[in-house]
Amino acid sequence: MTVDIRLAADTALLADAGEGHEEHHDTASIVTLGFWIYLMSDCVLFAALFATFTVLRGDTAGGPTGREIFSLPNVAIETACLLVSSFTYGMAMIAAERNRKSEVLRWLGLTLLLGLAFLGLEIREFADLVHQGFGPERSGFLSGFFTLVGTHGFHVFSGIIWMLVLMAHVAYRGLTPDNRTRLMCLSLFWHFLDIIWIGVFTIVYLLGAA
Amino acid sequence: MAGANAAHAGVPHGDGEAHASVRGYVTGFILSVLLTAVPFALVMSGTVPAATAVPAAIGLAVVQMVVHLVYFLHMNRASSQSWNMAALVFTVIIVAILVAGSLWIMYHMNANMMPGMMPPE
Repeated sequence: MTVDIRLAADTALLADAGEGHEEHHDTASIVTLGFWIYLMSDCVLFAALFATFTVLRGDTAGGPTGREIFSLPNVAIETACLLVSSFTYGMAMIAAERNRKSEVLRWLGLTLLLGLAFLGLEIREFADLVHQGFGPERSGFLSGFFTLVGTHGFHVFSGIIWMLVLMAHVAYRGLTPDNRTRLMCLSLFWHFLDIIWIGVFTIVYLLGAA
Repeated sequence: MAGANAAHAGVPHGDGEAHASVRGYVTGFILSVLLTAVPFALVMSGTVPAATAVPAAIGLAVVQMVVHLVYFLHMNRASSQSWNMAALVFTVIIVAILVAGSLWIMYHMNANMMPGMMPPE
């Protein structure tokens, strides 16, 4: 049954794309298209959080404003970590295309470290704010801030877990077709998180401090 | 997005489609660094008025998102990607309606409240 559905979907996709490819390729492209559609739905989730944050941004309830609590140098370092990690993930994908397993693992390891650095900086920022009494319960603005930035941070955390698991897969089983599909999906996820972060540092931090 | 092509990497591509190259990632990276540094500099310098810095930062962010889509996610107009592109265009429309609609409604709420119902901020 599931096979029938998949083949039907393959056929439909092929008919629309007007191309003929091998079977394993079709399966991989269906998987990545499905993952892409998940990312698009995630995009809508973030849009709702961005809209909520923007509506609540002025509701400080006597608490601090963005200008008083945001440290732009810290945000610049976080941004640099994510941007460089997007680049190093791209290098891992190129190494995978060239069938260089150990190179893939090295680039993924570097990406992982940069992701951890980003997460560490964000957790430190959150901890500092909560310690000063500026937690999400302080005002509508801070609720919106913690929800939006925290959701992005949680996505990065999930990506890090996924990357660890995938590195183990690649280390033990090599660059099999399945692992290549997984690498591709995580690549989409990781680059997508960087795109969302562009929105976060602009809408939340830069507009908050301007 | 390279999904349609690079997922079966290892099989050599004869189609000549430049979906992933070191040069592409380097170009995207350099453009992104510039598009990040400029808005940070505008805001951190403190000399640019917010009326200029805010639209500039938003505009540069949109440009950088497109740069990421093109150079990191390899979106292009190839027919093999038509479904990815369709999903993206649909999402952009939904996001625009969601964000613009929410902001429009919420910023007009105060004006439409009965006078005296809300304490003035």
